Amino acid sequence: MTALDSRANSAARGMLAGENGTMTKAYLEIRDLVKSYDGWQKAVRGISLDIQKGEFVSFLGPSGSGKTTTLMMVAGFEKPTAGSIRLGGREIAPVPPHQRNIGMVFQNYALFPHMTAAENVGFPLRMRKRPAAEIAKRARDALAMVGLADFAGRQPRELSGGQQQRVALARALVFEPDVLLLDEPLGALDKNLREHMQVEIKRIHRELGITTIYVTHDQTEAMTMSDRIAVFSQGAVEQFAPPLDVYLRPATRFVGGFVGDSNFLDVTRGTDGGLTAAGLGALDLPAPEGDRFHGLIRPEAIGVWRGGEAGEHCIVSFTVEALVNYGDSVLLIGGGHGLSLRARIPFVQATDIHEGNTLQLAWRRRDMHLIPA
Amino acid sequence: MVPPVGSAAIKSGSSDAKAWLLLLPALAFLAVFFLVPLGQVVFFSVMDPGFTLKHYTSFLSDSFYWRVLWGTFQTAGIVTIFALLMSYPLAYMIVRMGGHFATVMLLIIAMSFWTSFLVRTFAWMVILGNNGPLRAILEAFGWSPAPQLLFTRFSSTLAMVHLLIPFMVLALYSVMKKIDMNFVRAARSLGATPFQAFHRVFLPLSAPGIVNGCTLVFIMCLGFYVTPVLLGSPREQMIAGLIGTQIEEFLEFGEASATSVILLLVTLAIFAIYNRFVGLDKLWG
Repeated sequence: MTALDSRANSAARGMLAGENGTMTKAYLEIRDLVKSYDGWQKAVRGISLDIQKGEFVSFLGPSGSGKTTTLMMVAGFEKPTAGSIRLGGREIAPVPPHQRNIGMVFQNYALFPHMTAAENVGFPLRMRKRPAAEIAKRARDALAMVGLADFAGRQPRELSGGQQQRVALARALVFEPDVLLLDEPLGALDKNLREHMQVEIKRIHRELGITTIYVTHDQTEAMTMSDRIAVFSQGAVEQFAPPLDVYLRPATRFVGGFVGDSNFLDVTRGTDGGLTAAGLGALDLPAPEGDRFHGLIRPEAIGVWRGGEAGEHCIVSFTVEALVNYGDSVLLIGGGHGLSLRARIPFVQATDIHEGNTLQLAWRRRDMHLIPA
Repeated sequence: MVPPVGSAAIKSGSSDAKAWLLLLPALAFLAVFFLVPLGQVVFFSVMDPGFTLKHYTSFLSDSFYWRVLWGTFQTAGIVTIFALLMSYPLAYMIVRMGGHFATVMLLIIAMSFWTSFLVRTFAWMVILGNNGPLRAILEAFGWSPAPQLLFTRFSSTLAMVHLLIPFMVLALYSVMKKIDMNFVRAARSLGATPFQAFHRVFLPLSAPGIVNGCTLVFIMCLGFYVTPVLLGSPREQMIAGLIGTQIEEFLEFGEASATSVILLLVTLAIFAIYNRFVGLDKLWG
């Protein structure tokens, strides 16, 4: 595995150098990127992202949000209408795809059906006119890296979905690309295999330290795998931040609603300058700038109030209208005080709760996140 | 694994029998209008008036017939190659461009598909004729006198290429349109130039269409009658034209039948080869 090892080592050195302070300069710089297919409607409306060397970034968003179009522009399959893409300081917008040295894994893998697994993996090296012996060795090493050393001679159709996925990954990595792009790579796999492949992709990313962009509409995938998530909506990036920031401190109502389950309360600034929420009264929260907010409270931050000192808690009376049992937890849907709420309670605390019950729910005031409206 | 024998199996057996009834009209038609005449041809080929193989031995021992057969193969081969060379870029453009371009091109191809061979052959007679526009153009450019175009091997080959291009295009198109363009994109992202991506990925994946189209066109060429007879050189007949002459001019039904059977066997042999390596069910895409 010498080639891949040396790559891993140099990548690791790059990361170390980065920790010493050179990581401030972005490796992949996307500036004011615009894509319009008809010169009128914009599929991508001026996106700017700075991605560091070795970073694992997810593009998360619903279909039609511009995430795949942006990826295609980075790969070189779509021509930007305006804006720039710089890789390692070099403008790549005019560079044709085959000269970009960017590895890509496609949604349906796109393994060449007329070549074996080894020939597929060797393809990028053949295109680079490497000697036959080197191609054979590096293809073997790359297949070994994804755990398919014994499958080199198989045709793609003789491989399972997960194995095809691994071959596609090996093929996209074998030529030591500068960036790895993954376009919803796990969409076609069943749930268990998907989780397994998530771990696998993260392991490979850690070993090689390769700058990776991962396009997905699955927020769990984005949350568990990414260093940072760019949340796309209607051709724009709503937020670009580490997963926990995106989850706990969403920048917009869209992000709060798209990532995770959520309750939004209308929060307004009263005449006395303090914040009040409809149905709750004064909130006693540190108030950012602005007069109107969406107060986000996650369903799992809400618990059943069993009495005691209210202290820092918001307490509301709540009637259970529907109850969804997930096994490990129970989702309570209902309302009170003119509020409609979703609360997620651990199963062991919800055994005595039934539809139609009225009970007290509570959450800590500081667990509410305010998003300017 | 032994398939379970039970009511389900019996049921599906009886519904299979009913399904066969659906084929009955077509089978009856084929039997009356295809198998019976064909049987007659085979019968004629071995009778004179008693049983004999002399029609076959005279065909196989006469170098004239071998030359006709070889010439027919040559023409069919040339037509197939030129039809492929002209159809492949067209089919490729239709698939890659899509949209209005594809609709218009497919419409034009379908229209020539629906226009009878005879009509299009007569059109070529007008174009290539001694007083036709093509010779006039050649002479206007100083090639005077322009060469004889009509009733040459060139004119019949040219017209056959034109007549069979729609078959070739549709055979290629039906395979090409199923090729996922992500294969080409993947090749490009892996370092292939546009030409390499075509040559290493798209072309091999379109090979079934090439094989289908060539088989189809080659076999249609072997038995082509009207165009070589009307446009071609009378001294360089193709085999179907020869059969016509044997009947119309010499009333040699036995020889004509034997020649037909030989043409049929050659055609079946090509189908057999195709079936062996590709599978007949894939011929129409």
